[in-house]
Amino acid sequence: MSQQSSQGVSRRGFLKGSGAAVAASSVVSSTEAEAAAPGLQVVSGETSITMKVNGKSMAAKVEPRTTLLDVLRYQFDLTGAKPVSLGGSSGASTVLVGGKAVMASTTLALAVAGKEVTTCESLGGDAVPSAFVEHDAQQCGFCTPGFVVAVRAFLNKYPNATEEQIRAGLNGNICRCGTYANILQAVISLVKGN
Amino acid sequence: MAEVTYSWPENHKARLIGKRVSRLDGMEKSTGAAKYTYDVNLPKQLVVRALGCPHAHCRVISVDTSAAERVPGVVLVHLIKAPKPGDDPVEIRADGTLLVAVAGETEAIAAEGVSKLKVKYELLESFVADHDLQAAEAKKRTKKAGGGIELDEALGEPGDDDDEEEWEEQKVQELFAQSKYVVEGNYGIDTITHCCLEPHGSTLHWEGDRLKVNLSTQNVSRTDDGYADALKISADEVDVHCEYIGGGFGSKFKPDYWGIAAAEIAKKAGRPVKFLLTRDQELKIGGNRPSGFIDVKLGADENGVVQVWDSHHWGTSGFNGSTVSVGNFPYVFRPKNWRRRATGIITDNEPSVAWRAPNHPQACAITQTAYDDLAAKMHADSLDIFLRNLENIDSPEKSLVYAEQLRIGADLIDWRKHWHLHGKGKRRGSVVEGLGIGIHKWGGTANSSNCLLKIHPDGGVESYCGTQDLGTGTRTICAMVLAETLGLPIEAVKVNIGSSTYPFSGASGGSTTVGAVSESHRRAAQEVLAQLFELVAKKLEVPADKLEASNGSISVVDYSGKAMSWKQACSLIGIQPLEVTSIYKRGDDSPLSSSNVAGCQMARVAVDTDTGVVKIIKMVAVQDMGLVMNRKTAESQVYGAMIMSIAAALFEQRINDPKTGAFINSELDSYRLPRLGDTGELVVHFHEPESERARGVIGLGEPPAISGGAAIANAVCNATGVRVPTLPLTPKRVLDALRTAKG
Repeated sequence: MSQQSSQGVSRRGFLKGSGAAVAASSVVSSTEAEAAAPGLQVVSGETSITMKVNGKSMAAKVEPRTTLLDVLRYQFDLTGAKPVSLGGSSGASTVLVGGKAVMASTTLALAVAGKEVTTCESLGGDAVPSAFVEHDAQQCGFCTPGFVVAVRAFLNKYPNATEEQIRAGLNGNICRCGTYANILQAVISLVKGN
Repeated sequence: MAEVTYSWPENHKARLIGKRVSRLDGMEKSTGAAKYTYDVNLPKQLVVRALGCPHAHCRVISVDTSAAERVPGVVLVHLIKAPKPGDDPVEIRADGTLLVAVAGETEAIAAEGVSKLKVKYELLESFVADHDLQAAEAKKRTKKAGGGIELDEALGEPGDDDDEEEWEEQKVQELFAQSKYVVEGNYGIDTITHCCLEPHGSTLHWEGDRLKVNLSTQNVSRTDDGYADALKISADEVDVHCEYIGGGFGSKFKPDYWGIAAAEIAKKAGRPVKFLLTRDQELKIGGNRPSGFIDVKLGADENGVVQVWDSHHWGTSGFNGSTVSVGNFPYVFRPKNWRRRATGIITDNEPSVAWRAPNHPQACAITQTAYDDLAAKMHADSLDIFLRNLENIDSPEKSLVYAEQLRIGADLIDWRKHWHLHGKGKRRGSVVEGLGIGIHKWGGTANSSNCLLKIHPDGGVESYCGTQDLGTGTRTICAMVLAETLGLPIEAVKVNIGSSTYPFSGASGGSTTVGAVSESHRRAAQEVLAQLFELVAKKLEVPADKLEASNGSISVVDYSGKAMSWKQACSLIGIQPLEVTSIYKRGDDSPLSSSNVAGCQMARVAVDTDTGVVKIIKMVAVQDMGLVMNRKTAESQVYGAMIMSIAAALFEQRINDPKTGAFINSELDSYRLPRLGDTGELVVHFHEPESERARGVIGLGEPPAISGGAAIANAVCNATGVRVPTLPLTPKRVLDALRTAKG
C-alpha cells in the first residue's frame, strides 16, 4: 500500500554522504556504514539543504524521509512532477538529477543535496513541449510533464532513435487517457528535427 | 431585432471548425504550469491521509486514535466510517473503504499518523467470485437483474390454456431445431477500475460559512448540491473550481464521502485541507466498471444470419449486486427472436460507477464474440457474417452506415489480404496472426449548457461557462466556436471555464460536452453578433442582414468597400459591454447538434502460442460523429479510446483474493495498463459524408471506446482457432485455452 509518501525511511535517521550511492545504502545500519565509510554521517530530524533547481540555488528544510517530490511540490511550488504512483511505476514524477532521469517520488531529498535538478517547468523553451502541443500528445495532461521530461532524457541519449527504439524506450511512463500514439508521433518528429 | 437563426458555417467558409487546431492549454499542461486540484497548495493547509479498511468484509469494532494523535504534527483525527466509543460496530463491505482520517502538517506526518491507528476488526465471510454463478447462488449472493423475450409475430401467440413461459420455451427450442448452425459459448470480461492518474479528492477551505472547493471533478456546475446536502448548508454557499482534471472517465461526478470528510475536517480545524486518495485507494474505491459473464446459445440460417438468441449473463457491480444492463444484449445486433436474462452478483467490493460508455464495452465484448464464433463454426469470413447480420440490428436505419464503415475498415486493415479461416493462418515459429471485428453505437446528445459572452467596447471578448475540460479540449472548442463566429483569431477570445460561479453547464458524461459547449457558445456568439450588426448597419447605412464578420472586421457581403474593423465596430457599443447569456437545454431540437452514431473497429494481432502473449499489430477505427469540430483533438479522443480498449482486452483486471476478498493488485506495478510499446499501429478514420456534417455536433468520447475489445478478442480467436473466453486475454488465459482445446 502506498499510504505514505516517504515510507522506508523514518523521520529520524539518514546517512548523509557525497554520492547517490550513499542514498541507496540508507538501509544499512549506522554502525555498519560508519565502519565501512568513515566519511559518512547520520542525519536526523529536520535539516536544511540546498539544491540547484532549474538553474537556481534553492534551500529546503527536510527530514530524512522527505522525498524530492515533496520538496518540489510543497516547498518550491513546482507541481509539474506528479504523485501518481509513489513506487515510481507510473513515471509521472520524472525529473532530471544531474541530467539523469529519476523518479522524484522515490528519490530522497537528502540524496539530492547540492545537486542539479531539472523539472518540466524549465523546459518552456525546449522543443519537446512544443512537439507535444503540435501532435496533441496530451489529454487530461496529468502524466504529461513526466512524459516530457522522460522524452527529453531519452532524446539526449538517443537523438537519432528509430521508431522501434522509441517504442521500446519510453515504457517507464503511464498515460491513462491513451496519448501514446500522439507521443510517438511527437518523438518521431523531434528526431527528424521538424 | 431580427430573430437569430442558429447554424454552422458552410464547410468552405469555416476557418477553424473542422480544422486541426492545437489545444490552447497544451503548453501549460506540458510544462507543469497547469494547476490541478492536487497541485493547489493553500496557505496553512493541512494534508489528510486516511486508513483504508484492509478487509473486504468485516465489522469495525473500535478504533484507538491516541497514538496517532501523539505524532508530532498531527492536528486532528476524524472518524469517517468507524464507530465512536460506545457506538455499534460498523459493517464494511469493500477493501479500501476509508475508516479514519488523519490531518497533519505534511503528507508524511499524516501518513505516519495513519500507521499508528489501532483498529479492532471482526472478520466476516467474504465473497468475490463474480464469475462463478453456481457458487454465488449457493451463497445466496445473487439478485435478479432483468430480462425479457421477443419472438417473431409469425410464431403466433400462446393460447389461453398455455403456460406462457412453457410456450416460449417450446418456441425457442423449435427455433434452435430449425437452425442450420447453432453456437453455444461462454464469454466474460473482468471488472476494471477507472484508475484516474490524479486521484479523487479536493483541496478546500471555508471562508466563514462559505465553502470553497478545488475539486477534481467532471461536474463543476453540479457538485455544490452534494456538499450542501451533506453539510446542511445551501448550494449557494459552495463554490467549486476545477481548472484542470487529471482523468475522470465517469467516476468524478460527486463530492464523494471523503470530500465531505475534507470539508468537515477543515471546519473543525479552522484551516484549509488537502485530501486526495492514495494510489491503492484510488483503485479500490475511486471507481470501477461491472464485470460480465455470459452463457449464450444462438441459432443461424444457412447464410449465417442469426435467427434466435438465448442468453443468461451475470457479473458484479460490487456489494449492491448488479451487473451489465441487460437491454443491450446482443449488442447492436438484434435477431427477430431473442430471450435474455441477467443476474447480479453481490460481492464484497466498492459499488461500480459510470465508466466511459457504461455497459456498452462489456455487452459488445461478450456478445459479438458469439457472432464471430458463428463465423468460425461455418468456416466463413467473419466480415461476411457481420455484414449479413446487419439485416437484423436494433437501429435498422443504420445498417447501410455500418456496411459502409465495415467496407472502409476492411480496406484500411487490408482485410482481404490478411484474412484466413479461424486457426488456419500461416505460422511463423510459434506466432500466428489473426483479424477481428467489433461494431458499436452511442447517443452522444449535447448536454445542457449556458454561456455568458461579453464584448467590451475596446473589442475584448470573454466568455464564462461552468463546464470542464476532461481532456477533450473543451477550452479550445469554446474558443474555436467564438472566434469562428465573430470572425476573430482564436487568440482574441478569452475563455473561462471550470467554476461553479459561472453559468451552468452540464457534467461531462456520456459524450455530451463538445455538443453542449458548441451549442451554448455558438448561440451566444450569434446573438451578440446580431446586436453588433444592428449598430454597424446603422452606421454604415446598410441592412444588418447583409453584414458578415470575418478576418477581424465586419463588412458588407459581396461589397468590400463598406466595412469597419472589429475594434471600430465594438466602439459603437457605448460605455457598457455587450452581454449575452445563451441557454441551451438538453433535448431541445437544434440545428447545431444531434445524436446517434455507429462505428466499427478492426484489429490485427499476433499471438505467441508458446508464451500466450498477444501483440497488437494494427487497429483501425472508423467513426461517424456528425460535424467534426476540432479534427486534431477528435482524433486524439479516438486514439485514446482504442488504447483503453487494448487495456481492457489484454491487460487490466481487478484481482480479488478468493479467500480474503482483498483487492490484491491495487498498485500500478501489478494493475497492468498498456505502455507506449504495447499499442501497435493505430489508424483513425472519420466517416463523414456530406450528410454527416448536416447532423451537427455529436459526442465522440464514448463510441470509440466500445468495440475494440470484441475486435481484439475475435482477432485472437481467428489467429489461434481457439476462443479465449474471458477478457483481459492474459498470457495465462491464452495458454489455458490453447491447452484445453488440445485436450
